[in-house]
Amino acid sequence: MAPSLPTIQPGDVANAEKARAGGSFDAGEAVEHHGALFDYLLRLGDDSLILGQRLTEWCGHAPALEIDLSLANIGLDLIGQASLFLNLAGEVEGKGRDGDRLAFHRDVLAFRNCLLVEQPNGDFAQTIARQFLFSTMQLSLFERLTGSSDHRIAEIAAKAVKEVRYHAELASDWVVRLGDGTEESRRRMVDGLDWFWRFVDEMFQSDEIEQSLTRAGIAVDRAELRQGFDATVGNVLRDATLPLPEYPRALTGGRIGHHGEHLGHLLATMQYLPRTYPDAVW
Amino acid sequence: MSHDWPLWEVFIRSKGGLSHKHVGSVHAPDGELALRHARDVYTRRLEGVSLWVVQSSDIVASDPDQSGPMFEPAETKIYRHPTFYDIPDAVGHM
Repeated sequence: MAPSLPTIQPGDVANAEKARAGGSFDAGEAVEHHGALFDYLLRLGDDSLILGQRLTEWCGHAPALEIDLSLANIGLDLIGQASLFLNLAGEVEGKGRDGDRLAFHRDVLAFRNCLLVEQPNGDFAQTIARQFLFSTMQLSLFERLTGSSDHRIAEIAAKAVKEVRYHAELASDWVVRLGDGTEESRRRMVDGLDWFWRFVDEMFQSDEIEQSLTRAGIAVDRAELRQGFDATVGNVLRDATLPLPEYPRALTGGRIGHHGEHLGHLLATMQYLPRTYPDAVW
Repeated sequence: MSHDWPLWEVFIRSKGGLSHKHVGSVHAPDGELALRHARDVYTRRLEGVSLWVVQSSDIVASDPDQSGPMFEPAETKIYRHPTFYDIPDAVGHM
């Protein structure tokens, strides 16, 4: 069963932006997002948080015990990154919210992750396709963020970049193994990459928020990461004897809170406990 | 899937200068992936600085049925322990 797609198109995003300023669609968000840095930290943190949560869904279900642990390790690394970014976001916001508050008590429209990370796991090849595309992007992003003029971001990136390098290597390795494996593994790998290709462009999109932070030396121009990404993906797919996916229609919207239906389901699972029992502690 | 994969024995060097010690085993289709699996299963809590994996079928093991003739003769030869010999101070730690 193919999961349904978010319907947001690049043209719609522009319209949604206009509507947001005066409209009621997510009027609450305008009040909440008073700083570009806060928004940027949410983007970084939410990407890691949502993908980390997705990966935990493999716990106890992976094709082998060893892979179960591989995926859980990656998920835990990502949730650790999310915790650092979201705690910092809360600090920057200055309203007394910490990382947990931002992770567990925020509604779906306030999430700033890209659409790729919220997509369902599918089969193992599809999960690997998503991990490969995301970690390859995230590695180049964090490599550059280690030079951020905001030392707090630079420090988080420096810690995370080692983790992400391993994620990218592990995922690339599996892309080659599955792509250049059996007829069935190859078919599944091709399908997985095809499915996720439509979410690639969004990972490299920038907007006024990121451009202003880039000018200040805090953020990284995502468009500059694309060339390196394309080269790495090209090399790995060549090793895997796989064709480069071609998908004409890119889907975007995650960075301004326009998500697919999948994110709501994910959050329902993730946020259920702290929302039902707000006083619960470890 | 893992049922088709051979077993690999995992050895970890906990820090520089120490020997690799056996810690367990993983399933993997080849050595490269066995190393990844060993890393993911056995070094999550900073257990080591170096990993070895050896396919279990490549290990030549002693026969448990032969443990009598193999090991028991050593039981009565306590004089083989170096504690019976005086080590000159000049030698230092051996």
